[in-house]
Amino acid sequence: MAIVETTELTRCYDDLVAVNSVSISVEPAEIFGLLGPNGAGKTTVIKMLTTILPPTSGTAVIKGFDIRRQAASVRRVIGYVPQLLSADGTLTGRENLLIFAELYDVPKSEREARINEVLDFLGLSASADRLVREYSGGMIRRLEIAQSTLHHPSVLFLDEPTTGLDPLARTAVWEHIRALRSQYGITIVLTTHLMDEADRLSDRVAIMSAGQVAVVGKPSELKKSVGKENATLDDVFINYTGGQPEGGAYRDVERARRVARRVG
Amino acid sequence: MTLNERDESHAESADRKVSAVVGFIRKTLIIAQMEILRLRHDPTELFSRAVQPALWLLIFGEVFARTKAVPTQGLPYLDFIAPGILAQSVLFIAIFYGIAVIWERDLGIVHKLLVSPAPRTSLVLGKALSAGIRGLSQAVVIYLLAMLLGVRLNWNFTALLGVVVIVILGASLFSTFSLVIASVVRTRERFMGIGQILTMPLFFASNAIYPVSLMPAWLRAISHCNPLTYEVDALRTLMVTGATSVYGLSIDLAILGGITAVLVTIGGWLYPNLAR
Repeated sequence: MAIVETTELTRCYDDLVAVNSVSISVEPAEIFGLLGPNGAGKTTVIKMLTTILPPTSGTAVIKGFDIRRQAASVRRVIGYVPQLLSADGTLTGRENLLIFAELYDVPKSEREARINEVLDFLGLSASADRLVREYSGGMIRRLEIAQSTLHHPSVLFLDEPTTGLDPLARTAVWEHIRALRSQYGITIVLTTHLMDEADRLSDRVAIMSAGQVAVVGKPSELKKSVGKENATLDDVFINYTGGQPEGGAYRDVERARRVARRVG
Repeated sequence: MTLNERDESHAESADRKVSAVVGFIRKTLIIAQMEILRLRHDPTELFSRAVQPALWLLIFGEVFARTKAVPTQGLPYLDFIAPGILAQSVLFIAIFYGIAVIWERDLGIVHKLLVSPAPRTSLVLGKALSAGIRGLSQAVVIYLLAMLLGVRLNWNFTALLGVVVIVILGASLFSTFSLVIASVVRTRERFMGIGQILTMPLFFASNAIYPVSLMPAWLRAISHCNPLTYEVDALRTLMVTGATSVYGLSIDLAILGGITAVLVTIGGWLYPNLAR
């Protein structure tokens, strides 16, 4: 049975249809990628699934809870890493974790052990007591993943998890995402505009363009379906959407640049 | 359902209500705890914020004290304005809280808080309490300055506790007002303009540096709708020996508490707008 199931999920802003009738289903312990250029509607889908944004129509169910009617229950079973680097730079890594452990009602007796566990898991034990503003971009990302998994969520949403990171930090984040699935069985839904990232990390991808899902499938099968030798997901994108894998609303590009600046 | 079962289900529902209230308070305090941790790492702001009230007391207060032109309910002028300057500096800190909230939105912190199980109103009330904590640091500075300037401060424990409550309430009220505006305008540039427009009129249309009785009728009417007037009235009554309340302490408290409660409710409703 699917752990995330959306049914004709739609979000409009005045005249603009940002997400148009998206129906996808994600299996437990799957790494599912929403792939598309900036402005394709990926972040809007994630905002609706994480209950930040109410859908205009359609709905979604996460681990049996409806995002409209049972938003509070949904929030208890999910974790979320936004596209922006959102750890608080004025606090230490450990304090960032402590605040979220308390917000997520991690029992007091387990708090310290859980914090040490995630710090160790994400390779941040040595820098736990340093202010986050002294961290590198890759370290902040790992800290955010730690923050969002402290309460042992069933589903983790990652919005553009490697935007602005250098290749080495990117690979480290990928490894940690894979390990979260293999060690804790967490279902991961991530958005990315990087074809390479989607290809190497996801079990299945949904290719999005102009607010709609063009096609869903395993990267290998999708590439095979194009009928071209050594096809890439770029070819898949062009084949199924008829467009080029570039784009971007002003707001999305601005947000990506802001993250890049913070990463340094 | 038997009577026993009905009793048990009532007890369970009462338990749930109690744990919801406890959870709400705990989440509120966690958000305020974030502010204390921030201040502990970087306390410099506390000192730089002390400059402005010091100028008001040392220069404006000292000069106007010599004119003896302002009727001050029988108090020396410095005694009269010290609570007004405290209310003013709390207002200035609180009214720009909206900028901090927009900044947190730009960093994605607001998004993450909204995805947590914490009730929206507890997030807003936590922010309000954070402003209260910063406000209290101003109270310490102003008490020190007032002491040096010979203001006859009331050191009665209950009165001091009252000042703590009023400072927290005043900071909560104006910071939540600021959060509500931030949730509507959503950008720093627009907010800065509105923040500038609001602070000075709120200050001058209050009894902070002159009594309401001295104002023309139209300004007096405005000052009676201005929560800062009631904050100053309560602070003056509690802070200074020999001062008496114009409106009554219970009226001051009821007005400040009531407006804060309404604003926190509106804030809880509008706060998610920031992340949309």
